[in-house]
Amino acid sequence: MTATENDKQAQRKAVMAVLAHSDPSEISGRLAAITLPDHENLREPENGLVMVRGRIGGDGSAFNLGEATVSRAAVRLSTGQVGFGYTLGRDREKARMIALCDAMVQSDEFAGLIETKVIAPLRAAISAKRSRKAAEAAATRVDFYTLVRGEG
Amino acid sequence: MYVAVKGGERAIENAHRLLAHERRGDRDVPEVSLSQISEQLSLGVDRVMTEGSLYDRELAALAIKQARGDMIEAIFLVRAFRATLPRFGTTEPVDTGAMQVRRRISSTFKDIPGGQILGPTFDYTHRLLDPQLAEGFSPETLETSEASLAATPRVTDILGRDGLIEPSPAADAEAPVGDLTREPLSFPADRDLRLQNLARADEGFLLALGYSSQRGYGRNHPFAGEIRFGEVEIEFMAEDVGFAVPIGAIAMTECQMVNQFKGSATEAPCFTRGYGLAFGQSERKTMSMALVDRTLRARELGEEVIAPAQDEEFVMSHSDNVQATGFVEHLKLPHYVDFQSELGLLRKLRKEFTEATESAPMQEAAE
Repeated sequence: MTATENDKQAQRKAVMAVLAHSDPSEISGRLAAITLPDHENLREPENGLVMVRGRIGGDGSAFNLGEATVSRAAVRLSTGQVGFGYTLGRDREKARMIALCDAMVQSDEFAGLIETKVIAPLRAAISAKRSRKAAEAAATRVDFYTLVRGEG
Repeated sequence: MYVAVKGGERAIENAHRLLAHERRGDRDVPEVSLSQISEQLSLGVDRVMTEGSLYDRELAALAIKQARGDMIEAIFLVRAFRATLPRFGTTEPVDTGAMQVRRRISSTFKDIPGGQILGPTFDYTHRLLDPQLAEGFSPETLETSEASLAATPRVTDILGRDGLIEPSPAADAEAPVGDLTREPLSFPADRDLRLQNLARADEGFLLALGYSSQRGYGRNHPFAGEIRFGEVEIEFMAEDVGFAVPIGAIAMTECQMVNQFKGSATEAPCFTRGYGLAFGQSERKTMSMALVDRTLRARELGEEVIAPAQDEEFVMSHSDNVQATGFVEHLKLPHYVDFQSELGLLRKLRKEFTEATESAPMQEAAE
């Protein structure tokens, strides 16, 4: 794989991560504000399961922990780019929106628009929420100290 | 043997209608919503997801509502639902070391890199009923403080650096991972299958077994090396996309138990470990799971198997509360034919007994 392909893949992954973490109404609100390219569903959005794996001891060999519901979809732009959408949960429309964004990221014409109008504000919202949660948890950080027993 | 019966359709339908009424309760009381259950009875939802073996908060909340709060019935409903959906594949194994930690404690070291974070916990509460909650209550504004940017490595990794604790079994990406939802259990079972079984096992059953091991039924001398709760990122290797796709985050609890030593003539003694992992904030569950994971390693570690908690066939065959309740509760279904045959047998035995005792005095007289 070339360096450019690697970059492109990393960019697609980063966009997918932001969208998977976002509220569906936030994504649709952002998408409604831009002019979308012509597109069609390559795979109708559908629900299914994935088996979630853990590692023995946290870092050892894998084991099956339990399943999670997921939705997936695939969208093709009229210009040929194929986008995929996968997300936890049963919201099929969310999977379709992720697929559409993934297709647009691969289009030189739309990549910039998606980044500035959709992904960047969603990323900022996720980051703010994470920081707030981390700050709330940090307030419960505890310093235990042990009492030294008297020696007589 | 269970022989099917027919009839009673009308009564059954009316019974279910009555159940629906009882479920709703007093109509003057507002109906509970799924989001209320999910938000305000969240640990119950976590348990149903863990033992139902399906991460979906809304479905678990629905199951709890439908089951009128009967957790095992709710778990049963979730298990039945999962059978209706196709499985797209398996996720990459989660990296709990990179968890966005909301709670993280160690009972072995007071100073751990990244710090001890109590998070939302019942620990150190006084367990006094709070009358404020009975009449509507707004919690105080949250305190915040600057979050540390330092990583929060697992405590077992810290012990591992000095070789003081056994390493986890090495990851082999090629080795198949056992899946008890696909193949029936057989014994002896490897640790991957045992952990899958324990992850969906009844919390009460594991709690009792873990407790029994602490009380001396099976060798176990544990410390809670670390308990952490928070969100972990999930990536799914999607064949059509061609790379591991991030699909969101799942809340999980992990428990690392540190136990007494193993060693040999050729290996220096080191701590051993037991592992627990579950969906949501499931602390008691993961602690019990880690205790039982360790006791079930008796065979592997050359320990004498003398207690129920060390017997993998006993533990794994009885840990699933859906299976258990199915077998126990089937006793209340009509067994009329079965019972008639036993009744017939008993009458025959009693007749033989009566005949034998009636003829006995005559035999005595003859002697």
